[in-house]
Amino acid sequence: MNNSLAVVLIASGVAYGTPLLFASLGELLAERSGVLNLGVEGMMLVGAVMGFWTVERVHATTAFTLVLALLIAALAGAVMAAILAFLVVTLRANQIVSGLALTIFAGAAGLSSYLGNNLNLADRPARHSFQAFLPNSMQNWPIVGPILFGQNALVYFSWVCVVVIALYLSRTRLGLNLRAVGESPAAADTMGINVTRYRYVHVLVGGAFAGLGGATITLAITPQWVSGITEGAGWIAIALVIFAFWRPELCLVGAYFFGALQALAPQLQARNISLGPTVLWANALPYLMTIAVLVVVSSGTTRRRLGAPAALGVAYVREEH
Amino acid sequence: MRPRLPVTIEQRLRRPRWLAVAVPVGSVIFAFLVAALVLVATGHGPVSTYRQLFDAAFVEKGSLDQTLIAATPLAFTGLAAAAAFRMKLYNIGAEGQMYMGAITGAAVGLYLGGRGGPSPFVIAAMVVAGGVGGMAWGLIPGILRAFFRTSEILTSLLLNYVAGLFLTYLIFDSESYWRQTKGFNATVFPTGKPLPPSAIWPGLSFNLQGGIVFPLGAGLAVLVAVLLWFLYSRTRFGFEAQVLGDSPRAARYAGIRVRRKILAVMAFSGAIAGLGGASQVGDFSHALDGDPNGLQLRGYGYTGIVVAALGRYNPFAVVVIAFLIGGLQNAGAALQGPSFPSGLVGVIQGIILFAALGGELLTRYRIRIHLRGGRRVSGRVPEAA
Repeated sequence: MNNSLAVVLIASGVAYGTPLLFASLGELLAERSGVLNLGVEGMMLVGAVMGFWTVERVHATTAFTLVLALLIAALAGAVMAAILAFLVVTLRANQIVSGLALTIFAGAAGLSSYLGNNLNLADRPARHSFQAFLPNSMQNWPIVGPILFGQNALVYFSWVCVVVIALYLSRTRLGLNLRAVGESPAAADTMGINVTRYRYVHVLVGGAFAGLGGATITLAITPQWVSGITEGAGWIAIALVIFAFWRPELCLVGAYFFGALQALAPQLQARNISLGPTVLWANALPYLMTIAVLVVVSSGTTRRRLGAPAALGVAYVREEH
Repeated sequence: MRPRLPVTIEQRLRRPRWLAVAVPVGSVIFAFLVAALVLVATGHGPVSTYRQLFDAAFVEKGSLDQTLIAATPLAFTGLAAAAAFRMKLYNIGAEGQMYMGAITGAAVGLYLGGRGGPSPFVIAAMVVAGGVGGMAWGLIPGILRAFFRTSEILTSLLLNYVAGLFLTYLIFDSESYWRQTKGFNATVFPTGKPLPPSAIWPGLSFNLQGGIVFPLGAGLAVLVAVLLWFLYSRTRFGFEAQVLGDSPRAARYAGIRVRRKILAVMAFSGAIAGLGGASQVGDFSHALDGDPNGLQLRGYGYTGIVVAALGRYNPFAVVVIAFLIGGLQNAGAALQGPSFPSGLVGVIQGIILFAALGGELLTRYRIRIHLRGGRRVSGRVPEAA
């Protein structure tokens, strides 16, 4: 039963969806502060390469090395985010073009590839990687075993992050202030909230989450590094925030759905099911479904874009509001 | 209220003209200084690296020829991005639109050329087909934006991946019309079917650096730039598109047909990128390049966005920048090796773009530095960093 396609797809959907979940949580925090971060893909790639580099270079126990790798990946993502924050918050540059610029700078033909090639990371398996660690007896439980207990530690950590961010946004003073900054920075400023500081902090934390998401790919899903390994996951994560109406718990649902779509083609091939010409559709499915869901969400009855921060994408200049 | 930092940023009431030149030039100089730090940090000598880059781009024998080959697709994708970004339609799908133009252009070239049509006719048909292919792919995000208000940024980008998968599928995973199925090589490694001679685009030869060919595609790109300039600065269409970009609400009150403009601009932008794809096939590869490590790895569509932004969406500036960035890319490819890792060129490009984006601030705002003792000194800071 645990080998049935449905169970395997859901279980690998959870695993494949985890990078998307981390990245979309980060994007959600940045967008809630009013900054549209289109640099997620680049931040993920830099996190992916730096996390992998740590695992290759640090000689310590597996647990220590992996935790250090995550910290370094998060730091790398945050450094990338700092460039973006400086451009769009301090220098008030166009957020769309700046985010794109960051993805081009850090992306598959830029910094991440430069680092990976300069540090000789290509064509070698990871020395350590995240594995399922719960007792086999639990992993073998019917249906829930592989889905809930057969996962690696990053999956459980991402669940903690979802709960913490959901509580932060709805139950804490800081979270409410953040929402005020994203909805009406002028009003927040009048209340004595430091708009610039909130935006910087949340764009940086968002970048750290994107870096974590990238490291999830190189340390857990495909433990190796190749240039451009995220294959558009950062863009799907940005779309996920829109589907999730800017709510973290819905990011989780969306991430697993798209994770399962990504797992579909490899799982079918692993079962020797010949796809023939449909291999194209199976591979393109995550991208096409993202577009389809975006269209549904952005049109018709949901036209008000439930939950979109009102000041999203707009620089805040005190004298001009 | 007292500022916390001794620096305040004030809006400029007038924008001095000389700043429009000084800021981009200053940005590029600043970018090369920052990139020099990256080079030193990773153990390369900046002066010798820049010298090598410049020589490999423009000076060495045959370098200009290669630079033109690298610059031609960038001129197309840069113009495609400029056409849309000017109207604040962020079409980042030039990459996929280019693949589609390559696919349709190659199909027409193979078909008409194979039937023995006269060369000028075959080539003209390839140009039209490339434009139509790119236009069709660009219209998808255009329609979704116009009728469903779906962000064209995400849809156009995601379609790049779909187009890339389709391109690979045509050559690698199917026995398509574009694939070479005869001959020994075809069984070893899948490749595209070569174009017949009548479908290969001519170029102008110059006797310089031991022979330079100015490809037909580069000429077409210049033509498109002139057309784009005319359209945006001399016609009603361009004016209305500009109004729509600056203020959608004002455009609606003025009776401008918003949907129709969005569709037209996305179609136009896609068609330019598609022309670039046809030029890739006709001018350079002479077969459809479906290899994931070939055309798709070069990311012309994304670099085109850099080119467009650096040219500040001015079509003539875009062509000039495409030539310079083409030189940088060509030099990067020529020097690639252990001492010059791939990706370095992308890093330099990114830093130039950041500097240019940050430099924009100086054209819109004045930076004042307050020295201690309450004395205010007004002045420009060389770079906002």
